Amino acid sequence: MGDYVMNDMQKRIRQLCREFSLNELIPTSKEYDIEGRLNEDAYRKAVEIGFTKIAWGKEYGGLGLDTVTQVMVTEELSYGDAGFANVMVASSLAARPVLMAGTEEQKQFMADIVIHGGKAAFCLTEANAGSDAGAIRTSAKKTEDGYIINGSKCFITNGPEAEVYIVFAMTDNSKGVKGISAFLVPGDTPGVGHGAHEDKVGIRQSSASDVIFQDVKVPFSALLGKEGEGFKIAMKTLDIARIDCAAAAVGIAQRAIDLSVKYAKERKTFGKPIAKLQAIQFMIADMEIQTEAARALVRQAAELKDMGQINSKICACAKAFAGDTAVRVATDAVQIYGGYGYIRDYPVEKLMRDAKIFQIFDGTNQIQRVVIAGNMLK
Amino acid sequence: MRIIVCVKQVPDTNEIKINPETGTLIRDGVPSILNPDDANALEAALAIKDSCPDTTTVTAITMGPPQAKEMLKDCIAMGADEAILLSDRALGGSDTWATSNALASGIKQIGSYDLIFAGRQAIDGDTAQVGPQIAEKLNLPQVTYVRSLKLNDDCLTVERALENGYEIIDVKMPCLLTTIKELNTPRYKTVQGIMDSESADISVWNADDIGVDKHTVGLKASPTNVFKSFTPKPKGAGVYVSGGSPKEKVQILLSALEEKHVI
Ligand SMILES: Cc1cc2nc3c(=O)[nH]c(=O)nc-3n(C[C@H](O)[C@H](O)[C@H](O)COP(=O)(O)OP(=O)(O)OC[C@H]3O[C@@H](n4cnc5c(N)ncnc54)[C@H](O)[C@@H]3O)c2cc1C
Ligand SMILES: Cc1cc2nc3c(=O)[nH]c(=O)nc-3n(C[C@H](O)[C@H](O)[C@H](O)COP(=O)(O)OP(=O)(O)OC[C@H]3O[C@@H](n4cnc5c(N)ncnc54)[C@H](O)[C@@H]3O)c2cc1C
Repeated sequence: MGDYVMNDMQKRIRQLCREFSLNELIPTSKEYDIEGRLNEDAYRKAVEIGFTKIAWGKEYGGLGLDTVTQVMVTEELSYGDAGFANVMVASSLAARPVLMAGTEEQKQFMADIVIHGGKAAFCLTEANAGSDAGAIRTSAKKTEDGYIINGSKCFITNGPEAEVYIVFAMTDNSKGVKGISAFLVPGDTPGVGHGAHEDKVGIRQSSASDVIFQDVKVPFSALLGKEGEGFKIAMKTLDIARIDCAAAAVGIAQRAIDLSVKYAKERKTFGKPIAKLQAIQFMIADMEIQTEAARALVRQAAELKDMGQINSKICACAKAFAGDTAVRVATDAVQIYGGYGYIRDYPVEKLMRDAKIFQIFDGTNQIQRVVIAGNMLK
Repeated sequence: MRIIVCVKQVPDTNEIKINPETGTLIRDGVPSILNPDDANALEAALAIKDSCPDTTTVTAITMGPPQAKEMLKDCIAMGADEAILLSDRALGGSDTWATSNALASGIKQIGSYDLIFAGRQAIDGDTAQVGPQIAEKLNLPQVTYVRSLKLNDDCLTVERALENGYEIIDVKMPCLLTTIKELNTPRYKTVQGIMDSESADISVWNADDIGVDKHTVGLKASPTNVFKSFTPKPKGAGVYVSGGSPKEKVQILLSALEEKHVI
């Protein structure tokens, strides 16, 4: 386990997460990865333990803990299985716009779903609008009694199962990104559909699919904040969500390190354990340096958020560095495992596959650099 | 209904270090956990509480050093209502006889109860004596090795595991049961439980508080003297004499014993 500065309660919560990962996630991780489905039994237990309500305010039925505690939980669950953790991370990503801009009713509606383990989805990306999120085409046409949403989103995490969708759509084409608005759409609203669960490279316990809106009628009360605020809400949401996303990446890196250390002591070549080879020692030391540094950045971003200072540059630094670290460290773990590392019977190739998405979603790591430089050079 | 669960804090590993002078366990610096069988005992109590939450109180009790509070906090995080720590220098070095004297006095001090659970055995001391001794000292019926249990009105129907089978026993409450891991799967702590347990008020009682006779507790009062501690050689597998009539079986047994010059 990495060394956060923690109080006793945080230590015990973290210990509980680790116990959960070791008992419930790791033993079956491979099986669910191959089948590409969520370990529902473990998910139900995680909800009972309270992992889905860590940072929700007490007024909504949550535990009211801080972001620092939330990122520890996310890291530990991702240590067990990054796909599993991502189901929860994506739901809290979707809740974020509501917490930021929603009414009390909207917040409570969202809390009642997510806290009890219901899934939620954040629907921004479209086939021709990923990094360029401002280019979305999904439209929300105002009528007498609300809006009619039409369009199609892609790669939406929790798409097939979500009980509620947060949808970004154009309410005014003439205004560019200022014409984008955000809506809260219950999953059972007529006209909401989804495509097939994508056959992904990694994080396979978590689903992603197209989500299709066909003449979906929603009342005025579905609007989050004001018309035209959608893009701003989306960008602010992603700033915050990056902290949790980065924490999940650190969890993968830590698992890769722990497995590498263990294997290096066991595997013998030329009559001695490979752990005695400086080449391997330095690799392990470098894995550790990067991972501890990533964890420290996550911590920094989380503490700033807890102090009410969301710093989009630091959030982007944490996400980019933790994502890049997870990919490098997991790839190095495969290297340390040699040929066995490339075989599915061993656990490290999965880490490499799981890690890659952390350079892509929640804004690619190129986009993070655009954000960082933009902040520095404005 | 009031349920008392005897819980013991044990070292996390099986690598037990022993003080060569006193022959007692060195516990300093070894991470401690709730004894695994005791987690089953606590789960059994909590399961009863789940079925009648408003009328059931679960109390965890331990005898141990001040650090045992941490384990008691974990019991509360799992769902115990309250926890009591018996802690006093006078209790230090107690063997099973002395330990059960202290625990029995502590339980008397709690007052009324309907059911007492203990784990079958502690992974460090490993004697499986403390539970039965408490029952004797409190003059309670006891069933050991409980692998399933059903609550009726004032009686329990339990399955008691045997080496190759089980017996079904009806036992009147109040009584003491010792539990084995086959009984259930202990629940996880909840995050809310951990938060609550941080501020939980854990009672700490000393020897005077429980009114125990100090000549019956502690190292000096312990009749057990550890002569030598060692790792035993593994025993070979036993031979099970099966088939034939009882008479034939006895004959087989007798000739085997004769062959080994036992008789
Ligand atoms: C498993 C998975 C889950 C996802 N979950 C969600 C979700 O829940 N909700 C949601 O809305 N979206 C989700 N996404 C979408 C994800 O956020 C996008 O895929 C991502 O933002 C990249 O967009 P794109 O795929 O269109 O790539 P593109 O934008 O086409 O990028 C292609 C390449 O060009 C680079 N690039 C593009 N523009 C620039 C630039 N200006 N400067 C430098 N480089 C640039 C990119 O970094 C990338 O390398 C998910 C994706 C996946 C794969
Ligand atoms: C190597 C070794 C050396 C020892 N040396 C000495 C010695 O020198 N002098 C000496 O007097 N004793 C000695 N002991 C005994 C030691 O003190 C016992 O561990 C202790 O009395 C409890 O017995 P047990 O661990 O066998 O518990 P068991 O009888 O196996 O425990 C059964 C159940 O009783 C309950 N229980 C047991 N202890 C407690 C407790 N403290 N609080 C609450 N519930 C409890 C739990 O529910 C537990 O599951 C030694 C033991 C060992 C292994």
